Amino acid sequence: MSTPVTVSPTADVEESPFRRFLVQFRENRLAMAGLILMILLAIPAVAAPWIAPQNPYDIGSLDILDSQMPPGSAAEVSGITYWLGTDSQARDVLSAVLYGMRTSLLVAFLSVTVSLLIGSTVGLCAAYFGGWLDALLMRIVDIQLSFPAILVALVMLSVLGQGLDKVIIALIVVQWAYFARTVRGTALVERNREYVLAARCLSLGWRRIIARHLLPNCLPPLIVIATIDLANAIALEATLSFLGVGVPVTQPSLGMLIANGFEFMLSGQYWISFFPGIALALAIVGINLVGDHLRDILNPRNAQ
Amino acid sequence: MDVSSMQATAMTRQEPLLSIKGLKTHFATRAGVVKAVDGVDIELGRGEILGLVGESGSGKSITGFSILGLIDPPGRIVDGSIDYDGLDLVSMGEEARRRLRGNDIAMIFQDPSMTLNPVLRIDTQLIETVQAHAEVSTAEARQRARDALVQVGIPSPDERLKAYPYELSGGMRQRIAIAIALINKPKLIIADEPTTALDVSIQGQIIYEVKQLCRRTGTALIWITHDLAVVAGLADRISVMYAGRIVETGTTADVIERPLHPYTQGLIDSVPSHATRGHRLHQIKGMTPSLLNLPKGCAFRERCEKATPECLVAPEPTVLPGGRSVRCWNPAL
Amino acid sequence: MRKKDRQVPVFIINRLFQAIGVILVMSVLVFVGLYLIGDPTSMLVSPEATEIERQALRKALGLDQSIWVQYLTFLGNAVHGDFGRSFLTGQPALQLIVERMPATVELVVVAMTFSVVVGVPLGILAGLRPKAPSSKAIMTGSILGFSLPNFWIGLMLIMLFAVYLGILPASARGETVNVGPVALSILTLDGWQHLALPALTLGLAKAALIIRVTRAATREVLPMDYIKFARAKGLRPSRILNVHLLKNILIPIVTVAGLEFGQAIAFAVVTESVFSWPGMGKLLIDSIITLDRPVVVAYLVMMVFFLVILNLVIDILYMAIDPSAREKVRD
Repeated sequence: MSTPVTVSPTADVEESPFRRFLVQFRENRLAMAGLILMILLAIPAVAAPWIAPQNPYDIGSLDILDSQMPPGSAAEVSGITYWLGTDSQARDVLSAVLYGMRTSLLVAFLSVTVSLLIGSTVGLCAAYFGGWLDALLMRIVDIQLSFPAILVALVMLSVLGQGLDKVIIALIVVQWAYFARTVRGTALVERNREYVLAARCLSLGWRRIIARHLLPNCLPPLIVIATIDLANAIALEATLSFLGVGVPVTQPSLGMLIANGFEFMLSGQYWISFFPGIALALAIVGINLVGDHLRDILNPRNAQ
Repeated sequence: MDVSSMQATAMTRQEPLLSIKGLKTHFATRAGVVKAVDGVDIELGRGEILGLVGESGSGKSITGFSILGLIDPPGRIVDGSIDYDGLDLVSMGEEARRRLRGNDIAMIFQDPSMTLNPVLRIDTQLIETVQAHAEVSTAEARQRARDALVQVGIPSPDERLKAYPYELSGGMRQRIAIAIALINKPKLIIADEPTTALDVSIQGQIIYEVKQLCRRTGTALIWITHDLAVVAGLADRISVMYAGRIVETGTTADVIERPLHPYTQGLIDSVPSHATRGHRLHQIKGMTPSLLNLPKGCAFRERCEKATPECLVAPEPTVLPGGRSVRCWNPAL
Repeated sequence: MRKKDRQVPVFIINRLFQAIGVILVMSVLVFVGLYLIGDPTSMLVSPEATEIERQALRKALGLDQSIWVQYLTFLGNAVHGDFGRSFLTGQPALQLIVERMPATVELVVVAMTFSVVVGVPLGILAGLRPKAPSSKAIMTGSILGFSLPNFWIGLMLIMLFAVYLGILPASARGETVNVGPVALSILTLDGWQHLALPALTLGLAKAALIIRVTRAATREVLPMDYIKFARAKGLRPSRILNVHLLKNILIPIVTVAGLEFGQAIAFAVVTESVFSWPGMGKLLIDSIITLDRPVVVAYLVMMVFFLVILNLVIDILYMAIDPSAREKVRD
């Protein structure tokens, strides 16, 4: 089990690696801040349908007279306060942000999970079986990784068309290669270690060796990459939606909200783009802070 | 005593070139204070060759770096004085020290494959050494570089100048490092295990050539090594280091034929020779202590056959006539 | 020629062949992929058009033939530089792209130059003193730089400079001056004013990455023996930094800068959309949305070609910087 490296020559008590990990994580204030941020953003987003003052996508609840009102103004009819203002369609920006964050997180989370599963499987198999399978799979991975992610996503979307599920698929296609390569790298290192050789001597089935032996040791870098990839997925989806080729209008994400408000920026109605933008930035930065610190802890090579 | 050692001893009677007293260089690490050098006295005359012998971890390399002022945080010189040609090296400013380095005092490192910058040509690395200390044209500096290569016995110097380090063998690279050390005609060279990383066949050659060069140019030399056999044929005087302290100093003949300190005796006994052929090799019992956790008193106490209760207090150097000294309560007098 | 000299040109030719192979494969994938999406003609005719009219249009555009015939015709034409005509405007697809290329290239070159000029010194600084507060600030800033989406940075910059301060324009390209066949806007002051925000947007993210790479490389090189030896030689610190350190960290920097250059051309898509910059990227987005296949295909093929050449250039640069790489040319 690869453990984080902290040398204390006089330690008598055996700390479990998990405990040590928690302690080290807490040491970095920035990372803790990032974690808190993540939680603060995720919970309201998930709970959006219950806590948002308004459902912005229920046309019936909108009052067109309330459109483009600045933050803090009160609704004429229903009396609720538009804390972050309204957009051109009289949608409450705060509610829109909550729902948008929900979509953004959902898309990112799904795509990362699936591409992690696919990529890890491919990587593990490539590392374990080696030979022509490895060469073939890695060639594909290399070629895909040599292309900018956004280009791959754009091509996928131009082939698949629009829609929430299509966006998720495009993101999966973009991301799996990265997981595959990382997992293969770690797995190759582990594969040559003695415990794997021992397992093979015992003629344990290859499925079992991969699942019970290789996989747990590949987890640390995997976790790091997954976290950082989550932030990247959010960013990429936001970019695609901003460009107009991402999520559909009926289920907007933060990126689309920003796009919607873009034209109003120059005329001073900044809030329509600004607040979704802030929410987006906070989410990405929070996740990245956590991921960066995870990387420092879980990768012994980076320990100072 | 042979002629050159007599010359050497005569030289020490003049004003010494280098005089180190009570040097202590400590490193403040997370795990504690590492006392890498903890009481070193060295006197070196002009043109004299001193062999500094000790095992790895004894602090001999750090001593060399301390002289040049190349100790980086978390290490620093905490005590002692280093007097070079009348200058106080410890309290000297960084720019003044820089001017001495490579110019007055030069250093040769251990691993020739890593000391030359792999992406720069040989001539660049020689020329910059010249131009760092003197206002000379590049052409003039290149000529000096060429002469330096000739001096260390490198064939076809012009071709070598245009080469990159990776194109040359280990022995060749070390010769170039020696050339770099000599190029500004320093008064003192510190050689930190320069032949350890080389083939045995080249070792002897280089040791011989360095000795000749130093004699010819009158350059003082401190040769740092773990191998007593190497300095036996090279040095005028020998200092033995253990766990950060110098435990014995004397002329080569004295130290090798009449060692005073038990550790020195142990080292000499460990060297395989015709006499020990077919017998089990002698080993000093025990292990080198960690510099974090030195035993109380004399650092060699736990491995010493002659240890007595006195040894719980660290011995100070006992100075004897003729530049001889030993740190021991029970020396073989 | 000595054997050593012969290997470099052989290597280059080898790579060129590989490149052509990759381009061919990509072109097939792209072509087939795009063929599967809907019916481009539905964009070009009114909904009331009769089936006969549609058929006629299809025939005119060559869409009625089998995909392989279409592909081969495409390939044959492509070799001559003819990528077909845009379904939308009727102009030759390649020409459309080439027209818009200078604007994109200008933007990317300025952005990348900025990122290197700013990124390398900051990275070295952060690497020299890793524990200093300035270093930590630089590193945290760099995380923000590359993780925040391109368009978001553009948005914030517009808000600050164009809306709030009102000192820089938020869209369009500035005045251009014709240099030969190409129109450049970097030669006019107005051009620079318009370039400022888009280039900054694109460049900040790249600068962040370069800072990280430079810092990591600096931290790896600094403890090396040859640096210590350089100090032992009594070289001035400025020389140690500018020659000994710099030349050794160049390889990873060149790698990253080169790769990022390729990425930047792609990401210019976003920046161009945000700032309405008349480059290839905006053209691409519009073509994707309108299913203007010839233009999309032409763009992608150009991109692949460009990326492959870029990789080759990077490899050649390696050999110039690191002499021992010339020996490793055996692929």
